[in-house]
Amino acid sequence: MTTPQTRTGIVWEYAPAPESSAHVRLRGSYGLFIGGEFRDPLDGTRVATVNPATEEPIAEVAFAGPADLRAAVEAARAAQPGWAGLPALDRGKYLFRIARLIQERARELAVVESMDGGKPVRESRDVDIPLAAAHFFHYAGWADKLSYGVGGREVAPLGVAAQIVPWNFPLLMAAWKLAPALACGNTAVLKPAETTPLTALLLAEICQEAELPEGVMAIVPGDGRTGAALVREPGIDKVAFTGSTAVGKDIQAALAGRAVPLTLELGGKSANVVFEDAALDQAVEGIVNGIFFNQGHVCCAGSRLLIQESVAEQVIAKLWARMGRLRVGDPLDKNTDVGAINSREQLERIEELVSAGEGEGAVRRSVACELPERGYWFAPTLFTEVAPAHRIAVEEIFGPVVSVLTFRTQAEAIQKANASPYGLAAGVWTDKGAKAFEVASALQAGVVWQNTYNRFDPSAAFGGYKESGFGREGGPAGLRPYLRVS
Amino acid sequence: MSRLAVRKTYKLFVGGAFVRSESGRYDTHHGFHVPRGSRKDVRDAVRAARGAAGPWAARTAYNRGQILYRAAEALESRAAEIGAPADEVEASIDTFVHYAGWTDKLQPVLGGINPVAAPFLSFSLPEPTGVVGVVAPEAPALLGLVAELAPSIAAGNAAVAIVSESRPLPGLDLAEVLGVSDVPGGVVNLLSGRRGELAPALAGHHDLNAVVDASGDPPLGAEIDRLAAESVTRVRHASPTTSYTDAVADPLSRLEAVTELKTAWHPVGA
Amino acid sequence: MLGKRSIKTTAKRQGIRLAVSMLDLTTLEGADTPGKVRNLCAKAVCPAPTMPEVPSCAAVCVYPSLVGVAREALAGSGVRAASVATAFPSGQASLEVKLRDAEEALAAGAEEVDMVISREAFLAGEDTRVMEEIVRVKEACGDTPLKVILETAELGSYDHVRHAAMLAMEAGADFIKTSTGKAASGATPGVTLVMLEAIRDYLDRTGRPVGMKAAGGVSNGKAALHRLVLVKETLGDEWLTPERFRIGASALLNDLLMQYQKTQTGHYARPDDFSRE
Repeated sequence: MTTPQTRTGIVWEYAPAPESSAHVRLRGSYGLFIGGEFRDPLDGTRVATVNPATEEPIAEVAFAGPADLRAAVEAARAAQPGWAGLPALDRGKYLFRIARLIQERARELAVVESMDGGKPVRESRDVDIPLAAAHFFHYAGWADKLSYGVGGREVAPLGVAAQIVPWNFPLLMAAWKLAPALACGNTAVLKPAETTPLTALLLAEICQEAELPEGVMAIVPGDGRTGAALVREPGIDKVAFTGSTAVGKDIQAALAGRAVPLTLELGGKSANVVFEDAALDQAVEGIVNGIFFNQGHVCCAGSRLLIQESVAEQVIAKLWARMGRLRVGDPLDKNTDVGAINSREQLERIEELVSAGEGEGAVRRSVACELPERGYWFAPTLFTEVAPAHRIAVEEIFGPVVSVLTFRTQAEAIQKANASPYGLAAGVWTDKGAKAFEVASALQAGVVWQNTYNRFDPSAAFGGYKESGFGREGGPAGLRPYLRVS
Repeated sequence: MSRLAVRKTYKLFVGGAFVRSESGRYDTHHGFHVPRGSRKDVRDAVRAARGAAGPWAARTAYNRGQILYRAAEALESRAAEIGAPADEVEASIDTFVHYAGWTDKLQPVLGGINPVAAPFLSFSLPEPTGVVGVVAPEAPALLGLVAELAPSIAAGNAAVAIVSESRPLPGLDLAEVLGVSDVPGGVVNLLSGRRGELAPALAGHHDLNAVVDASGDPPLGAEIDRLAAESVTRVRHASPTTSYTDAVADPLSRLEAVTELKTAWHPVGA
Repeated sequence: MLGKRSIKTTAKRQGIRLAVSMLDLTTLEGADTPGKVRNLCAKAVCPAPTMPEVPSCAAVCVYPSLVGVAREALAGSGVRAASVATAFPSGQASLEVKLRDAEEALAAGAEEVDMVISREAFLAGEDTRVMEEIVRVKEACGDTPLKVILETAELGSYDHVRHAAMLAMEAGADFIKTSTGKAASGATPGVTLVMLEAIRDYLDRTGRPVGMKAAGGVSNGKAALHRLVLVKETLGDEWLTPERFRIGASALLNDLLMQYQKTQTGHYARPDDFSRE
């Protein structure tokens, strides 16, 4: 009647656990969101946006042409005095409405984000969407408290903000840009990334539902040329850009001689530093989170792992074992840890750099996983025997690839960590509090995570040093870029 | 044949529950029996508040902000049921919205890193003081109460409030609104009755951390001061808030009065 | 990441059957009688007559005074009779009394012994005394597997849990176990993970596999499956066997059976359909 006990372990495979996409309502085709409505492009084009896990098209979107951008900026200019003239609490109330609507449509937004961009649904559900709602909620509360956030100074909005966001956290980056801009009384024209326009367009629908006054926010998808045209529009009063350092430099040059304030949040090659007195198992979790979260498509990814020599072998062994348990696959499966690479282009960039790394003499190990036939995939990869001058130690790969270097002393760790044109983030792993704080203050990075990694909060300022950009997003510091103070 | 109405019973709001006064006494307002709270009701309310204060303070500031915003949502949807003028109800709703936005901002504004002249990381952070006693003004019955409650709970405290003696109904209506919002039981406790009896009982309770006296009654204020001195309870005297502009005119003073500043040091070095 | 695994369909059924096969069905009440123990044994042998593919539990765990009853009721079934010992649950007694307690349980037929460490010695920093007690009880047990209960709720920190786990393994434990089930908390995800990592590190260093028993706080099927995820992802599929992993519980079994029934019928089950014993 009863089955005999097994003496050996079974092989227990997790069954597919797909997040339901049945409830997602997407239009077949989206226009540009200008003047509070979806419009056909005047001189833009229509383009299909593709699911990088399947290479299938999801929906058609419009890319803005020059006349469209002009129309968006004009509508934003026209709406700005009325928006700034509202009682401050009312601006806050609109943003509170948007925050609540994001929460209500959270599941749908998470699924669309994963379909459009390739990230695991567990991440879009648990990180991207909740943080996007939280940003709107946080800045809603600043709208009628602005001078408290800038040391009691008198404040005024700048006018029309032109904002360009990347494809790695599409909705979250849109929230980071729009929430403070609008709270401060500016209007905004936002260009989502070429490969991930959908959640920004759904955000436009949410703004309609919230009855945000027409023209206050425009969503104008496009590619690199669209962004370049937008920042050259004469009617803008502010530019905010998150993306690659190369494009950031172009934008900074394009604005030369114009009195248009700029904030830049660019690339990174962040050092994750593990000392011998760190809690090693926790450090390994932090390393994995630092570089494999979102397939490593993170500006502040801990892509350089600096391990103190005395524990290097041990940490590498633990890390490799842990990497072997990462599940790469369907972004819509709730058990997936590492999703699809965002585009063919990005995949080719990763492959090029990884093969350069092998050519340079570093030792490559990639997790052996079954990758689907269609779609863009890259297995989590570890490089050891990396020299500080190797391309894979210097250039941002923006993929699930970690380069390991070692150090002997604290001073050497700091020196190696700082030897980079970038300065966005860093991680410090040690059980000694005093050391953690000392190393944190010596690191040339805008964000230092001690005994943790990739923690974000709307109240905590985020931004880089050196070629990782300037300006901050989050907290009261995030208001400053959108205000004129006196 | 007109329909026979189901009559309302007004109760005290203690620990998230609607209870009669343990004394069994009542006063009559507009034909309703309104509980006449006693010192034992004050005792029970303070105990409920103390029990709720720890968990409330332990929630994230973001979570408290969302709950306060939802209290605003609840009040907005029930505005017509509150026995106070429409503009006063709207001002009260907006006051909740304003203070919902303070929960995760008062720390950077009131706190900071101290540039000490030694290799230490030293920071000072405002923390909730714990349990706040509130003496609401006679009028305006709703706004005068909300203007003191909202900042207290936004800062992370639990509150025991004595509602207007002459116009208790709006305050007790507010209890019903809060009872169906996400505000955890015990975070707000509302007592009706005779102010001359309840306020001294509240101010003299040793397990209170702060008292906000918005009575606008100087002799009562002096008595509160004397009683609070017995246990070094902090006291803030405020005049009754009569408009939304007033309620948000100096939010930091309201928040400071119900927070403690914690300074911590940690060495920085190898 | 591990806390968020989603176990569905075939994996869920397989996981539930696995969890049932790993259960040490437990009764440790002052009011326990031979009748209660016999009923519990019957349930352990055949948890769900209407779902015959659900296996037997691993063991029944009782006080030494009732081990004989359990042994008789379980004879020939493959389900083991396990006994607590050493002044369970507090461990506040002399070593002599604790050894005598263990010896009586063994004499009555205990096939597994669950002892408690001396938290009093541990918290005073007397590691040697903690280990000495375990060594002596293990000697008394001979070949009978010994599970060592750390009582993690009383230890105060994850560092202490790991340290106690190492002491127990060094002293010869065959299994390390989280709790007596009588304290405020038991096998929380954090504690479970810390102990599994300690087992992994000890295995790497010495080559000797020590089993783990998660007791206390594993109150429903979802929690049980979550512990199995931790085992799989920390130690590998080879550890998904009652020889290496046990769950100590009582009410859990019925929740597992209700979940199992739901995978068959698609509908939520009714608690009263399943007997307590």
